[in-house]
Parts: sequence; structure tokens; C-alpha cells
Amino acid sequence: MKQIVVLSGKGGTGKTTLTASLAVLSNNLVVVDCDVDAPDLHLLLKPEVLKTKDFYGPKLANIDKEKCVRCGLCIENCRFDAIDDDFNIDQFLCEGCAVCGLVCPVSAISYTKKKAGEIYISQTKYGPMVHALLFPGEENSGKLVTMTRLFASMVAQDHKKPLILIDGSPGIGCPVISSVTNTDYGLVVTEPTESGIHDLERLLELIKHFSVKPFVVVNKYDINIENTERIEEYCKKNDIPVLGRISFDPVVTEAMVEGLPVVEYSPESSVSKEIKNIWESLTKLI
Amino acid sequence: MIISVASGKGGTGKTLVLTNLALSLEDKEIQFLDCDVEEPNAFLFIKPQIDNVMEVEMPVPEVNEELCTHCKKCAEFCEFSAILVSPKKVQIFPELCHSCGGCVLVCPVHAMKERPFRIGSLKTGKIGNVDFVYGELEVSKPLAVPIIREVKRKTNKDKLVIIDSPPGASDPVIASVSGSDFTILVTEPTPFGLHDLKIAVDVLEQLKIPFGVVVNRANIGDRRVYDFCKEKNIPILLEIPFDRKIAELYSKAVPFIKVFEMWKDKFRKLYEDIERIVEK
Repeated sequence: MKQIVVLSGKGGTGKTTLTASLAVLSNNLVVVDCDVDAPDLHLLLKPEVLKTKDFYGPKLANIDKEKCVRCGLCIENCRFDAIDDDFNIDQFLCEGCAVCGLVCPVSAISYTKKKAGEIYISQTKYGPMVHALLFPGEENSGKLVTMTRLFASMVAQDHKKPLILIDGSPGIGCPVISSVTNTDYGLVVTEPTESGIHDLERLLELIKHFSVKPFVVVNKYDINIENTERIEEYCKKNDIPVLGRISFDPVVTEAMVEGLPVVEYSPESSVSKEIKNIWESLTKLI
Repeated sequence: MIISVASGKGGTGKTLVLTNLALSLEDKEIQFLDCDVEEPNAFLFIKPQIDNVMEVEMPVPEVNEELCTHCKKCAEFCEFSAILVSPKKVQIFPELCHSCGGCVLVCPVHAMKERPFRIGSLKTGKIGNVDFVYGELEVSKPLAVPIIREVKRKTNKDKLVIIDSPPGASDPVIASVSGSDFTILVTEPTPFGLHDLKIAVDVLEQLKIPFGVVVNRANIGDRRVYDFCKEKNIPILLEIPFDRKIAELYSKAVPFIKVFEMWKDKFRKLYEDIERIVEK
């Protein structure tokens, strides 16, 4: 079983648009949404949720004010400034490390775990889908990504699917690292903007660090042809296959408004043809 | 005043709005903090002269194997699975460490001490009336929040502070926007934009930060973002249409107010409207 993760560094370059269309074209994979902070893939693939699993976030400290002797040791030892002078815990700052409970001389501190998200095992008309939602404002999206991928592997085994296609999140931090580790290929969707190029270079470095084989797609290539050529030259120099260009076309937004993958909404559009070519190049390389 | 930005969805135009806003307010002393430390881009548009680069380090444990009895107390205590103790060896994964210091406190034989571990850098500079600070997470290091906190520590409340943030809705976003007087939510009128706007609104309501919406690429998609804002009584502060010329300028990292001067007034009005809401 092979795993491909779709990434971009910069947000909004077209990861989800491409992932949804590749899922349609393949028809023989498990598609996974690991952008757990802001998942959008379900808006195009319209999954029917079969099973929901709860995700629990890190511990959260509670101070029993009746037991508390206000010695201040917890405040002194908390590295996250999460306890104020009245011994209230700021739930947004608390990282659940449990140091406050360790140093409390009267055992006034207890911990609870709060449900912080959900993982969904679903079915779409294009095949099985695993997705997740981290509740807004919660922590630990990396751990949720790892768990989501674990369920995806189980689903792929059950359904005997040869490929897992993961829609990743923007950035290069914790959730991205969790979605890239132990995959086989990183499909990077970039755009020909200075921001896109800056972020692409950092992301390719990350992908290399984790020994994953990268591929690049340039979306909205015609917004700046010169930059598109720069990206292609950079990739050539670094031995990274460029699978294709996708043109800027309002049909992508129209498809999104209709809630459909663009290759299904408008199969004859140039964007759809470009995506089909990308899929063909990809299948030859993996 | 501290004005930040958020969006949920990436690529809606956070950096576009904030860089043009900052450069339109020529008569203000501005401090621009870029908290998108995973992929900082604002400096490409504002082009500050960077005159100081500081390393950002976190304390992570190291073990003195001569003292260690392999009792595993540190590994059992660590909430972040950053320590693995086998009968003869202690393995530490600094990338997973949150620097809480618990392992040092819990070790009965004082075999643990901390060493600095580099996770990124903090760059400061200036151009015209704008003081510029941005953080940069080192590639392959997972923890953005400690660098965001370092950027935020530079906050100079004597100036108008403008904070660019990462996309998403979890701890890096909270670390970026917390303490703001106002947050601009940048969205686009598409189903993805709306879905993720709702998530961002949820975060700001929890944080009790006043907010308003800027609709970017306002002439694409559908009306559902507008319906949502109307229903929730969220002010729409500015609409920026999709214009190929703006997209092309963006691709070259040129702030579009430099070419379309009349937009400066719209960004100044955006600031004045925010000021009015905050003062209320």
C-alpha cells in the first residue's frame, strides 16, 4: 500500500480541489482529509459518515480552591504562564504537562481530558473516506492527524485499496509533519507567486528531511508565467518531477459552489484535462 | 491598539489585507508582527531592512547516564512522549518536548538537566514608519507556538500593532491573536471560505475578541458568506474584488495600493472603522 500526501506550504493554492479530483479519477483509493483545523474536502466529496470516533486532547488542569493553600508553587513552576494570581487556569495557555500537580504540596490539582475533536470513517460515491475535525481552539492537531491516518490505514486494508491519498494542511509545523511522516510521496501544489515560491522551498526541504519523494504541480500557472518557469527550473535543478500546470479558471470556484469535484462538474474544461494529465503522470511514477 | 488577522482557511488574503493596511497608514507609527512562523510572507511585501536575527531556543532535557538509574519516572511523567527509557538507555526526542521541565523535577537522582535546543529564529528590522518583527520556524521542527510567543513578546503598545497569523484554528492561531483589541477575519465568498470562516468565528467568540470581516475576491462564488454575516450581525468592513491585476501584483509581492492609490483611502477607512468599533 502506497501513501501520497498533498501539501502546499502556503494556504489556498488548491490542495483540496486537486485531492477531490484525483479521488474521482482514481476510484480505487482511500481519501483522507488531514487538514483537521479547517477541513473542506467533505464539501466536495459529500461523504456519508459510517462511524465516528472521539478524539481527546491533552490534559487540562483544575485547581480545587478549597484544598489550595495558595503557596504559589504551581504558578512558579508553570512554564506556560497558565495560572493567574488567583489560581485560575487559562485553558488556552495550559498545555497539560501536569507539572503543577507534581509540585502542589496538598494535591489540590486534578486533570481532566476533554473531547477535542472527532474522526469520521465514511463512504463517498468515489470510495472510502476518512476525515476529522479538531474542535475550534483546541490543541494537538498533530496527534489527531496521526490517529486519522491510523484509521485510514485500517480502512485501506479492509477494503484492499492500494493507495491512500491524504489532503494535508498548510504550513510546515506539527500537523504537516504528522501527515508527511511515513508516506511514500509528497504531491506539492504551489502557485507562481513570491509567497508561494518562498513557502514551496521550505516545504520541499521538509519533505526531503523525512525522505519522502516529492512531486510538484503549479496551479494558477498563468497568473505569472515567469514565476511558473522559475519554479519549473528550480525543480529541474533539484531533480523534482513537475507533473503539470493547472490554469487559472473560474470553473474551479463554480464547481466548489455546486459542491462537486471539478473533473466531475466540468469534465471537458481545460482545468479538468490538465488534472487528468497530472493523474496519468502520477500513476506512471508511483 | 493591537489589530490581528485570522481566516481558518489558508490563502484567503490575510497577508494581502494586512500589508496593504500597514502601508496605507503612512502617518502612524506601526509595528508589524508576522506570527505565521511556519510560512512567513509579509516581509516579502513590506521589504524591511532586517538588522537583527536572534535564535529562538527551547530548554530540552539531557540525561547524565552515570547518575541515571533507569527508573522511568521521567518517561512516565512526560505527557508528550519525548522520553523513552529502556533498561540500559535513555532516549530523548527534543522535537516532541514542550519544555515543561517536569522530567527535571521528577527525577529522584537529579540525572536530568536542560540544554538549549534551537527551533527557529526571530528577525527584526525597519522600513519607514514600520517596525517589523517576524519569526521563522526551522524546517523539520514541529512547534510553532514557542516562536509565536517570542514574536509576541516584542509587542510595543506605544505603536499601532498589526499581527499577521497562520491559517487554521488551533493553538498557533490562538497564540497569535490572543491579546488583540480587534481581529480582522479575511474570507472569500465560497463554500470553503464560509465553512472555515465559521470555525474562525467560533475561536474568536471563545477568546472574546471583537471582530469583523473583510471579503476578498468579493465578486466570485456565491452569497452565503454575506448571509452568514448578516445573520450573525458581523460587520463587513471591506470588500476587495477579484481583479487579475491585483492577483498579478500579488504574485510579484507588490502591495496593490502602490499601483492603485485610491485603495489607500479604503484601507485608511478600514482602520478608522476598526478604531471606532474598539472605542465603543
